[in-house]
Amino acid sequence: MSYLSPTTLDEALGALDGPGPVAVIAGGTDWFPALGERAFVGTMLDVTRVAGLRGITASGDGWRIGGATTWSDILRADLPSAFDGLKLAAREVGSVQIQNAGTVAGNICNASPAADGVPPLLSLDTVVELSSQRGVRQVPLSDFITGVRRTERAADELVTALYVPALPEGARGGFTKIGGRKYLVISVAMVGAVLVLSGGRIVTARIAVGSASPVAQRMGALETALEGTDLAGALACVTPDQLSQLSPISDIRGSAEYRAEAVTEAIRRTLTQIMRG
Amino acid sequence: MDKASTTHLTGFTLDHAPVQIEGRVGERLSQALRDRLGAKDVKIGCNAGDCGACTVLVDGAPVCACLMPVQQVAGRHVETLAGLALRDPDALRLKESFQHHQAAQCGICTPGMMVAAVALLRAVPQPDAGQVQDALGGVLCRCTGYRKIIDAVVGAHGADTLEVSGQELGAPARRFDGLAKVEGRDLFGDDVAPEGALVARVIRSPHPHARFAFGDLADFAARPGVAAVLTAADVPGLNAFGVIPGFIDQPVFAVDTVLFRGEAVACVVGAAEAMLSLDPEDFPVTWEPLDPIMTVPEALAEGAALLHAGRAGNIMCGGRVVCGDAEEALAASDVVVDGFYETSFVEHAYIEPEAGWAEVVDGRVHVQACTQATGMDRETLAQVLDMDRADIRVLPTAVGGGFGSKIDVSVQPFLALAALKTGKAVRMCYTRVESMMSTTKRHPARIDIRIGANSDGTLTGMTFKGDFNTGSYASWGPTVANRVPVHASGPYYIRDYHAQSRAVHTHCPPSGAFRGFGVPQSAIAQETAFDVLADKVGMDPLEFRLTNALRDGLPTVCGQVFQTGVGIHACLEALKPAYDKAKRDCAAFNADNDRVKRGVGVAGGWYGCGNTSLPNPSTFKAGLRGDGTLVLHQGAMDIGQGSNTVIVQIFAHAFGVPVADVTVQSADTDITPDAGKTSASRQTFVSGNAARLAGEALRAQVLRQANASDTADITLENGLVHVVDGDRVHPVDLSRLDPDAEGYVLKAVETYDPPIAPMNENGQGVPYVQFGYAAHLCVAEIDLTLGHVTPVSFTAAHDVGRAINPLLVEGQVQGGIAQGLGMALMEEFIPGRTENLHDYLIPTIGDVPPIETLILEIADAHGPYGAKGLGEHVLIPTAPAIFNAVYDATKVRLMRAPATPARVRAALKEAGYA
Repeated sequence: MSYLSPTTLDEALGALDGPGPVAVIAGGTDWFPALGERAFVGTMLDVTRVAGLRGITASGDGWRIGGATTWSDILRADLPSAFDGLKLAAREVGSVQIQNAGTVAGNICNASPAADGVPPLLSLDTVVELSSQRGVRQVPLSDFITGVRRTERAADELVTALYVPALPEGARGGFTKIGGRKYLVISVAMVGAVLVLSGGRIVTARIAVGSASPVAQRMGALETALEGTDLAGALACVTPDQLSQLSPISDIRGSAEYRAEAVTEAIRRTLTQIMRG
Repeated sequence: MDKASTTHLTGFTLDHAPVQIEGRVGERLSQALRDRLGAKDVKIGCNAGDCGACTVLVDGAPVCACLMPVQQVAGRHVETLAGLALRDPDALRLKESFQHHQAAQCGICTPGMMVAAVALLRAVPQPDAGQVQDALGGVLCRCTGYRKIIDAVVGAHGADTLEVSGQELGAPARRFDGLAKVEGRDLFGDDVAPEGALVARVIRSPHPHARFAFGDLADFAARPGVAAVLTAADVPGLNAFGVIPGFIDQPVFAVDTVLFRGEAVACVVGAAEAMLSLDPEDFPVTWEPLDPIMTVPEALAEGAALLHAGRAGNIMCGGRVVCGDAEEALAASDVVVDGFYETSFVEHAYIEPEAGWAEVVDGRVHVQACTQATGMDRETLAQVLDMDRADIRVLPTAVGGGFGSKIDVSVQPFLALAALKTGKAVRMCYTRVESMMSTTKRHPARIDIRIGANSDGTLTGMTFKGDFNTGSYASWGPTVANRVPVHASGPYYIRDYHAQSRAVHTHCPPSGAFRGFGVPQSAIAQETAFDVLADKVGMDPLEFRLTNALRDGLPTVCGQVFQTGVGIHACLEALKPAYDKAKRDCAAFNADNDRVKRGVGVAGGWYGCGNTSLPNPSTFKAGLRGDGTLVLHQGAMDIGQGSNTVIVQIFAHAFGVPVADVTVQSADTDITPDAGKTSASRQTFVSGNAARLAGEALRAQVLRQANASDTADITLENGLVHVVDGDRVHPVDLSRLDPDAEGYVLKAVETYDPPIAPMNENGQGVPYVQFGYAAHLCVAEIDLTLGHVTPVSFTAAHDVGRAINPLLVEGQVQGGIAQGLGMALMEEFIPGRTENLHDYLIPTIGDVPPIETLILEIADAHGPYGAKGLGEHVLIPTAPAIFNAVYDATKVRLMRAPATPARVRAALKEAGYA
């Protein structure tokens, strides 16, 4: 039973290398609700004081989002317009209170099918940096989340950063969340997208959909189909058969049929949002 | 490694003062602030980041204290409302503007709202409404409807120039109990127990229906830290509680079999630390799950197992109102509209979970908890404990919202039993999940309705059959069954009417009292059917209602004739300007938009104040002490609605002095007479009358002392009483009179009981002596593609007879509309599935549009100074007004509440929308 609050990465990784399980905590915004009213027994590793773990920096041609970077940090950061979708998502994560504490890395580690951050991060081709005393490895976000509440992270690993690779010139991001009320809402469907446009037509498209399958997904076939289209053409591209890789379910937030329609509409709205500028 | 973490000592600054505590691993900041540092202004509503009540600033940034490990604030500055309210310049302004706008009703969300608002104002001194919504979107409020909060924050920078209203009858006075709420000093159910009190935790069924058996309870009771284990065997009196004679059927602790998920089977009492680590899974009980009956059709099916022997067909009771011959009238009608409607369980979702504490003092049991009904709590405890009522003292705390559910007991029997068994002070606070799974809900309804009209638009007849899912135990189910047939006609003249209701048992949580007692459900069916009817006869829906509105001298469906005070016609008339404008605006909007449409909906409503054909007394006591102190014993529970203010305004007016001259003794069964429960919109009407009578009686006694006429003025100054009668000024020397045992030299105790009369087998009679009336207009936007229905504005006309306090009237109206909006569009409690505030959605600050309140004063024959009740009336027309706006825009008739986007979209598609 201890609460560890290391200030260096070495200490943090050392703490994870022990025999027993260690609960990694940053913002706590998913951790405490999951704990519920039970008393916690075990060791907590607070990563929010680890030097160099918080913040967004240019890295090579791309960007590095530190593992303890909060959603509010994302909102305040000066980032190119390809990050607009991620910023829109940041505003929709719970509430200001949640955004001030909750972290981007925590959002992907929690691996909820409805994680607000995942579709925009997928549309940014995000790569996850996992560190342990064994070394450092990088895993594409699309491989990192393996199922509902399941990730590639081993017990001794820490998500130390997310890397967003160099973005094409003029890339623009967008995001749409569909839910049952204005704030504090778990999405029914969600879309993050990054488009590169030329003369009003799509050069490349990266579209990711959340809340419509166990893990948010990039829509590869649709992305290809969107290439070369103008807005009208793009909207016409978004058809149910382009979405067959999804597996929306029926739950308290909506029927599977409704989800499928909501995804279609969310993609269209995101495309419109970006292409109309 | 950080030194602080290994020693477990966490040092930080709390409201500018250095503090140091030894937090547990896994301890939340909210709990540490409250339990270790006494910061009771930090409220805990959900422990999951869903409600924001625990919002504090950490280095200036608002966070949910329930989601932050206490160790994480080491070296940081934590600010809470109590500290901010002392000196922070933005908080000082917010204090004024929150009171001025009545942005705090019950006050439980106020610390979260104000702290979040301070952070906003530091960054944006003059925010607009949208910025306020974004900044406060993480804090839920269930009372105010948010608009007053938005006004208060937007207007905070102008707080210095606010004019403070007078307090006299009719003035928009600030709440008299408001300052404590905006300074974080108001004490709620979980804020009052003495340090070191034992903690009680209830063991509940995880199954909706099961048999169970205990293992070795003595062994469990001998565990370290456990002081006692309570089961049915420990109940000295009746192991049952309930609210209606003949329907006292819910066990304090189930015996052998449970009838709903969340039902209590035992209670563990022990030291706080031990109870914190108690895992209910470890409790020695084994369950044998049985097939549950979760719906009304299952419960009514041939051969369905009975929940309660003696309640054949699982029908607990029914209600019936019949006049004329409805079938014949419908057969002769030019047009008939029929329909089947369904509504869902609705959770009260007050932000304060049930909480309180109890102790034994000189052989008497004291129970202090959040409640709507101190007198009834004492009655229940007397039966359960087998004690004389005189040996039980019930004190309320401030109540963080009730809306009906806190009329029933929750924590009270457990606390009293635990205090008696252990001889020690015992406290408890329900978790959010526990609160939602175990306390009462609004009844889901299944309604068949048929309404006829002639081609000239006059209503001919109506039949109504409503089955209400009353859950596992009676609670207020009989009241719903009785009340609905009386109200299901709406405030309209219908000569031929046949309405019946049934309360049907299922293995769901008990359905009970919830703002409106079944009438909001029936109003959805009746008011939306009206619009289809109006359509069929080619009449405007507002004209249709005006044509059929009840008027003075016309009988209700119960054969009751009011010669004065029928205000529905005036309410509908009052909507006309807004209605005409909204129709024009919507037409213009729709001409420009294809996939989003706007519509205008109206709906009316009425509500009888007080118990249905049953006695409903309230008693008030007032006295003068020898030193000239005027005291009012105010026993009416203020659950946020404002009786602490309104009743005092009435009393002061009746006695004839300014409010400031009245010293108020708050509810306490030892010192205040029973004012009856806060329910059925009765406090302003019934308790208001009792307070008026007490004021008048005491005034008469003073005037007698001076032989003065009825029109004389009384002044109280510096302990001296003067009676000014025309030119004559009489000093009245109270000190020469002998004080009674309570210290009063003059005293008045007065009771008011509405003069109702029984109803016959056809529901004909005098169920209520007073109705209040309302009509709402909603402009709503419908997203045809996604099925989202977004109310754009409301105009709400309310006949309140006499607005004792217009500011509080507006507060009730706005808060009621927010609840009606939630019921209409998003709220659906599903046992075992939506037992938290992120799966169960209530409106946030971004979901309630601007609301214009039109206050009408059509005096009631019985109300104090003509005043009528208001609380429940408000949410009755809201949902149908929204549904009618959808019908206006799309011709799609919504018949299922809540009309979630998925359901609306499905209905649109069925109607042929792409």
